Amino acid sequence: MTQRNRPRLSRRMSIVASIAGVAVVAAACSSSPSTNPSTNTGGSSSTSSTAPSAPTPGVTATSITIGATAPLTGPAAPGYSEIAPAANAVFKFVNAHGGVFGRTINYLIKNDQYDPTATATLTRQLVLQDNIFADVGPLGTPTGLAVAPYLNSAGVPQVFIESGCTCWNQPTKWPLSFGWQPNYVVEGKILGKYIAQHFAGKKIAYLYQDDEFGMDGVKGLDQEIPSASVVARQTYVATSAGLANALAPQIAAIKHSGAQVVVLYTIPAATALAMLSGAGSGFLPQWVVSSVGSDPPTLTGLLGSFSKGKAGAALLTGMITNAYLPPLTDSTNPWVVDAKAILGKYDPGYHWDGNSEYGVMLGINFIDLLMANGKTLTRASLVHTLETQGASLPTAGLSPLTYSATDHNGYSGSEIVQFGTGGTTINAVTPVEVATDTGPITNFTGTPATPPAWVKS
Amino acid sequence: MSGSVTPAVRLVSRLRLPQQPLWRHLLLAVAGGFVLYLVTVHLNPYDNLQLAQVGIYAMAIAGLSVLTGTNGQISLGHGAFMLIGAYTMALFGEHFDLPLALPLLAAVGVSAALGALVGLPAARLRGPYLAGVTLALALAVPDLTFKYSSVFGGDQGLIVNPPTPPAGVDAERWLARITLLGTLIVLVVLANLLRSRFGRAMRAVRDDEIAASLCGIRPGRTRVLAFTVSAACAGLAGAYLSLATGVVNPGGYPLFLSVSLLAGMVLGGAGTLVGAWWGGILLVYLPQWSTSISGHLALSSAVSANLANALFGFVLIAVTMLAPSGLQGWLRGLYAVVSHALSHRLRLGTTAVTGSESPDDVAADVAGASPKDLTPALGTERSSK
Repeated sequence: MTQRNRPRLSRRMSIVASIAGVAVVAAACSSSPSTNPSTNTGGSSSTSSTAPSAPTPGVTATSITIGATAPLTGPAAPGYSEIAPAANAVFKFVNAHGGVFGRTINYLIKNDQYDPTATATLTRQLVLQDNIFADVGPLGTPTGLAVAPYLNSAGVPQVFIESGCTCWNQPTKWPLSFGWQPNYVVEGKILGKYIAQHFAGKKIAYLYQDDEFGMDGVKGLDQEIPSASVVARQTYVATSAGLANALAPQIAAIKHSGAQVVVLYTIPAATALAMLSGAGSGFLPQWVVSSVGSDPPTLTGLLGSFSKGKAGAALLTGMITNAYLPPLTDSTNPWVVDAKAILGKYDPGYHWDGNSEYGVMLGINFIDLLMANGKTLTRASLVHTLETQGASLPTAGLSPLTYSATDHNGYSGSEIVQFGTGGTTINAVTPVEVATDTGPITNFTGTPATPPAWVKS
Repeated sequence: MSGSVTPAVRLVSRLRLPQQPLWRHLLLAVAGGFVLYLVTVHLNPYDNLQLAQVGIYAMAIAGLSVLTGTNGQISLGHGAFMLIGAYTMALFGEHFDLPLALPLLAAVGVSAALGALVGLPAARLRGPYLAGVTLALALAVPDLTFKYSSVFGGDQGLIVNPPTPPAGVDAERWLARITLLGTLIVLVVLANLLRSRFGRAMRAVRDDEIAASLCGIRPGRTRVLAFTVSAACAGLAGAYLSLATGVVNPGGYPLFLSVSLLAGMVLGGAGTLVGAWWGGILLVYLPQWSTSISGHLALSSAVSANLANALFGFVLIAVTMLAPSGLQGWLRGLYAVVSHALSHRLRLGTTAVTGSESPDDVAADVAGASPKDLTPALGTERSSK
């Protein structure tokens, strides 16, 4: 018996010591990272939110802390990694000019690599640890969907989601979620109408991302394009593994179907891979690409790097896409001029492309939203301001924003453009058209807004 | 044995836990659960969320530890079983409105069934071949979700509704409590299994299959059963992970997760259940430390995205070299050395030196789960039965 007692004693002690150790480590970690534990009113705690004078999470007299998840690395990073830093350039510009109502903006960007599970974890970190006021400009459809239920139940606004999923427009289910760019159904309809009119009788193929992004786009396309003329429907998955085959099997199937027009609902990396796989096998159809994956500077870079310099901008000539922001190449547009000035000073090393333009315009919209809100800022007031005044915010968009209590979409229209040689010129081939998910497509007749005065200060 | 020791030591040695494994483990779990409950009361929501994640990884690692440390089988595919558990949770939650325990049990059931299925061929394979089969599992299972995207939601995955906490408890604290409860239940079950006839059979099969067969143990059946138990633990962990993240998608369960679990098990100490906690802590906090390091050093995002993996590899190498039996084995060794020194000093004051604290004993303790000390243990346990 004595022989066995000793080891058992030590084992018992080590178990006890380990449990104690776990407790100590957990307790130690609780105190270190959070600098302001007193303001944990965010989130689902039901008791703290009832206090009448509870401070708004992330908002002090001198600062507003907001956050976003974005793919800084991974398959969706090429191009998209520039958006959040470009939006941040606007916030830095505003901070340098005294902030909004004396509050400077602190923008926390977390790299989720376009992986919804990572988004879920990092967004909770932003809300619970960094105590953000709102999730502003998080990128992606699958990623945004992963956290929409959480953010809405935790009472954290999820505004200007960088995705055109129709799912953001569910004010009853998700009252705190708002899209920004035209939704993919509307975009697909406008693209589809153009294809049906200008490529009547041609064989059409779709290649789309196998999630809400691609499926919404196809929903819009199918409203306008006769189903008999669609000869192939291929999908891909936007992961490193999903793109590892360079989309060659999908493009081979599309080529085999005899398609003359190929519509891509793809992220930029997938657009470039599809075009290179096509070019590699001598397949050069008319490419029609969603605005999500058609930015010329981004594509030029990707085509060059994926093909190790064998291909490049030449493939972009003649590509058709749609645009809802001023053309990059329009150097007289006041929004473009101001955006470049802000980026030049506050995002040094930026590339002037569709992504940095997108980020700047989104940042400007958020500042205008804060200004419209007034000095008393709460999460509820931000949402109320967006629903009541969002549609009248000065915006760079070719068509206005459409926010209301029953519409959480954002932009409602776009124009069809075609690239000149190498994508260096972008030529509008239709007027700006607006639509809703199910309604008719109409020409937009208003005049575009001019940039607010503060952008120039 | 305790002739003239100090009163404190005497008190400690009076506080014996029951000898019966079930009561012994339950008592420990209740005590641990009480401590953890107090911890959840004091933590802020984010730390509670992380504590829940520690519990989740500890659960999966404990299962893996039984498989590898006790039964000698390796698995590079436990991330796939977590994925299976998570999807079971999501699909059950989507289609039925059930109390939380039922989908959790379903996750255990489905992953155990699939674990048995995989275990059948795996039981015939050894070393690198087994690693290969389980590696294929880790790679193939996530792809199935793309193949049947109408059911599994493809890349985007499925949304999992979080459990509704009782009034006055915030969601993260509640999550931490139900997760840690699950972890403690898993640990009690595994601890009892290890002390049971099945536990001894697993060790016997690990150490010498022929000898085990001669004792009337069926090695194949034992190995399949070990795989099943281990997969069930991973499945439950996956179900809890889906509650913690609110979403289940294949991207969240990559091959790296399976490798991380294996690394966490080695770091904590293969074959020890307490070591699973250390593995869980490292899996949750190491990536964070690396993020804050890269934040301080202002590293580019391309570097910082990979720093966590590099740091993990570095810690793994360091632990393997400095403490081959893992953190728990190292702690045991440390305790054995300290207690030996203490009792030696105490005994210097007395005259009696019992033979119980021979150097060999300490060595056996330091070695932890090395096969050498377990075979005699098997013998003693059997004879005492």
